[in-house]
Amino acid sequence: MSGRPRYAALVAFVVAAIAVLAIFPRVAQPYYVTLVLPAFAYAIALLGFNLLFGTTGLLSFGHALFVAIGAYAAAVMTSKLGIKSFELILVVAGAVAVIAAVPVALLAVRYVRIFFGILTLAFGMLFHSFLFKFYNLTGGDTGIRVLRPTLLGQDWKELDKTAFLIGPFYYACLVLAVVLGFAMWRIVRSPFGLHLAAIRENARKAEYLGVRVRLFRLIAFLISAFYGAIGGAILAVNTGQADPELAYWTHSGELVFMTVLGGFANFFGPLVGAFTFIFLKSELMGATQYWRFFLGATLAVIVIAFPRGLMGLAGDLWKKAVRR
Amino acid sequence: MSALVETLAVRKAYGDFVALDDVTLSVAAGETVAIVGPNGAGKTTLVNVLTGLLKPSGGVVRFKGDDIAGIGPVKLAQRGMARAFQLVHIFPALTVGETIAAAVVSQTGRSLHLFASLSRDEALWKKVREVAAIFGLDGKLDAQARLLSQGEKKLLDIASAFALVPEVILLDEPTSGVSSGDKHGIMKTLIDAAGRAGVKAILLVEHDMDLVAEYASRIVALQGGRVLADRAPEAFFADPELIASVIGKRPARRARSEG
Repeated sequence: MSGRPRYAALVAFVVAAIAVLAIFPRVAQPYYVTLVLPAFAYAIALLGFNLLFGTTGLLSFGHALFVAIGAYAAAVMTSKLGIKSFELILVVAGAVAVIAAVPVALLAVRYVRIFFGILTLAFGMLFHSFLFKFYNLTGGDTGIRVLRPTLLGQDWKELDKTAFLIGPFYYACLVLAVVLGFAMWRIVRSPFGLHLAAIRENARKAEYLGVRVRLFRLIAFLISAFYGAIGGAILAVNTGQADPELAYWTHSGELVFMTVLGGFANFFGPLVGAFTFIFLKSELMGATQYWRFFLGATLAVIVIAFPRGLMGLAGDLWKKAVRR
Repeated sequence: MSALVETLAVRKAYGDFVALDDVTLSVAAGETVAIVGPNGAGKTTLVNVLTGLLKPSGGVVRFKGDDIAGIGPVKLAQRGMARAFQLVHIFPALTVGETIAAAVVSQTGRSLHLFASLSRDEALWKKVREVAAIFGLDGKLDAQARLLSQGEKKLLDIASAFALVPEVILLDEPTSGVSSGDKHGIMKTLIDAAGRAGVKAILLVEHDMDLVAEYASRIVALQGGRVLADRAPEAFFADPELIASVIGKRPARRARSEG
């Protein structure tokens, strides 16, 4: 195996990507910079989603539940409780998501494949109904506003909304994405990650090798819920609003879409998927009112022609280039 | 000599159907006990009871003196009993090295190390290479399991069970699906590996009477869920009636078809 040079190339790619993202707000138009914010949010949420899907082999159709929990945590804390610290919001959002995930996971990890998917879907829709119906608590269909948080105690009053988002908030999100990305990279490559992969490949065999299948599925689920909520909090601050659509099943579907688009078998697939999806959607929405049709067609082409997603395609091209 | 594994009057019934009835047997250190019998004799049920997968309807099943009825494979692996399946169980997309490493991680109790580096764990990979070498898989550590030959998959399946450093290993037809020419080679590898890995006793479910004759130190014959015989190989093979009932054919018929 040509492990060393490949690893070096990978590190170079990642460093270059971070560098590009770091200088992006200085060189690009503000509109495109604001697009990177949801891409950061989804990238983080999908890192968690894919620990469950790509690594452990469990496809959740209700993962927007945790994104919504993160968003509503930010909304309630800033609008209703007057807590503006973004760091505190992240901690609370993550903690609430993990706590909410425990009962869902306890039930869902007993099942696999479609049964797992349907159960998670059901929980997602349950939460959506709750957000929709309990008007006094959740603001119903209009949701709750998310006020501008402080970053490390700074309130950035001198900046207008966009300047705040594409300035300090952008860099806070970049740091978060890098830190959480690195943490996930370690998790996937840890002894724990190996056992998750073993569960994905053959749960029965894994049990006989001493792998605690249900416990590990549960832990993976909780970690993915945490990542989802962090992504949700970023998303909510970016739009300034938390509404029930965040928990709707089509949003869960978008998470699956992005992951498949980028390639779930590759660690960077979901990240690539998140960025591609956000920019593709924005361009298509600007170009035609039939953008949903074109997004759907894109997914169909990807699934049929490149089942391993954009990263699978990139991997094949890379191999060809190296062989030459 | 105290028993490592024992069952006392074990009974397993599914509704009216009695799969195991009054099965009493024990396995002591140093033994290789073969469990034989025709299809439907209850071998698989017995294996599932012995590995804590099934809870018997009655009777006691013990491992190292502790009741293990229905404790499940994970706890059993932790206590020192490993199992290799009749059908090959592998992790298709994992490499040979990763498959064995998964067992070493369990055995060393490091599975909850969420942020530890697996690839830089030299001690772990040293063990992986040792186990792989015993089974002749050390040249294929980076090969994906799904790309191995059928015989190699079988060896990998068993190698990963050995990597748990079990005291007792249960081999459920380890040579099924392997060409007859390879059978002896695989059995020999297994028995040698068990000796080197410090396995104290082997439970072997096997159809092939040649292999049973060569490697078993004791033979337990099942029929209709009951223990038909529990004998040393010499005494077992001296009884043609017994052999016939175990293989499921009459020797006379075989003689006629050969003549």
